[in-house]
Amino acid sequence: MNLTEPAVRVTGLTKKFGAFAAIDDVSFTVETNKIYGLLGRNGAGKTTLMQLLTGQQFATSGTLEVFGASPVENARVLQSLCFIKETQKYPDSFRPEHVLASAPWFFANWDADFAASLAQDFRLPLNRPIKKLSRGQLSAVGVIVGLASRAPLTFFDEPYLGLDAVARQIFYDRLLEDYAEHPRTIILSTHLIDEVSNLLEHVLVIDEGRILMDQDADELRGSASTVVGKKTDVDAFVAGRDIISRDGIGGLASVTVTGLSEAERAAARTAGLELSPVSLQQLIVQRTTSTTSETASTTDAWSARS
Amino acid sequence: MIEAGKPIFVQIAEQIENDIIDGVIEEETPVPSTNEFAVFHRINPATAGKGVNRLVEDGILYKRRGIGMFVATGARQRLVDARTDQFRANFVGPLLSEAAKLGITAEQVASMINAESVTDRNASNS
Repeated sequence: MNLTEPAVRVTGLTKKFGAFAAIDDVSFTVETNKIYGLLGRNGAGKTTLMQLLTGQQFATSGTLEVFGASPVENARVLQSLCFIKETQKYPDSFRPEHVLASAPWFFANWDADFAASLAQDFRLPLNRPIKKLSRGQLSAVGVIVGLASRAPLTFFDEPYLGLDAVARQIFYDRLLEDYAEHPRTIILSTHLIDEVSNLLEHVLVIDEGRILMDQDADELRGSASTVVGKKTDVDAFVAGRDIISRDGIGGLASVTVTGLSEAERAAARTAGLELSPVSLQQLIVQRTTSTTSETASTTDAWSARS
Repeated sequence: MIEAGKPIFVQIAEQIENDIIDGVIEEETPVPSTNEFAVFHRINPATAGKGVNRLVEDGILYKRRGIGMFVATGARQRLVDARTDQFRANFVGPLLSEAAKLGITAEQVASMINAESVTDRNASNS
């Protein structure tokens, strides 16, 4: 396996289900040994994308390389992947101890001691039948497998349905500790952006099958500010800038813009405007809602015409 | 501890600077490793590394091969000097421009500051 290559390289990837393009002409790369956030709204195409990358779906067109080769029916690539899904099915008679015992057959880097200590952290009853586990405990099984597999490329697709806040924090902490000692590529798909935003090094935002953002997480953070003040002042200040969203009440306006320099911030304060930071979650919410409202307005325009 | 909206590596660099200024980390002693920062603050190790590297570029920290990052000699004084300049720009400048808006002279501001620091001292003595 060539580790200087990117972990994933995707060019013009499209996946259609009938006429519906779940993934629509997408291109990006995933560098090795980074933690990526794959973020987006429901139905945006996150799971489809991960299924394509793990060889569980076939691309309609475009090229897709994982560690330099197509993952489809490719044992060499597949054995370096671990895909933890929201709903993992296990054989009926299985107990968590069976899952942990069989894991080393699939994952070369499996660490049984780490798995055992994680099971204690999550208070997972190892000898209870999987069918009898609570939703949160079932998610814990997936999280443990995902972490202890130490696969060179690990996907977590909404791994924590039903996990309580304590268990989620344990997951983040163990992920970070273990990643620091054993760097690997991790793709984390989640809706709880605020909770994970500090863990991410790079962010991919997908919306309606297309990549909306592909950026360093630190660059994104602090890249946008909300300017609040008298409508006339705000409008004068934001004129000609990249406006993400706009809101207002009466004579007051609140506008979110990108890329303000230190000098421009000082100028805004002198002009009596208030500046507030925009978190990663707010930024993504605003970006993904604005595109939808644009589509909505286009539809309105169409219906008005007809 | 980590706030939203400001690049995290900047915040990490500032926290190390504060610890050096406050004397929590002395010159020629090691600072925690990037991984320790990452786990403690629950942030990505690469982000923590960026904060540390920023201080290396500024000559505040230096690397001892195989051991880790150390605080350079004279780092504290350099940080205090830089922060003093920032203090003038960020606090004294805006203070005087607001004062001018209200028709308060620089002398009046000075006497206000004197009166305030006396009250402060009395409050902390009692």
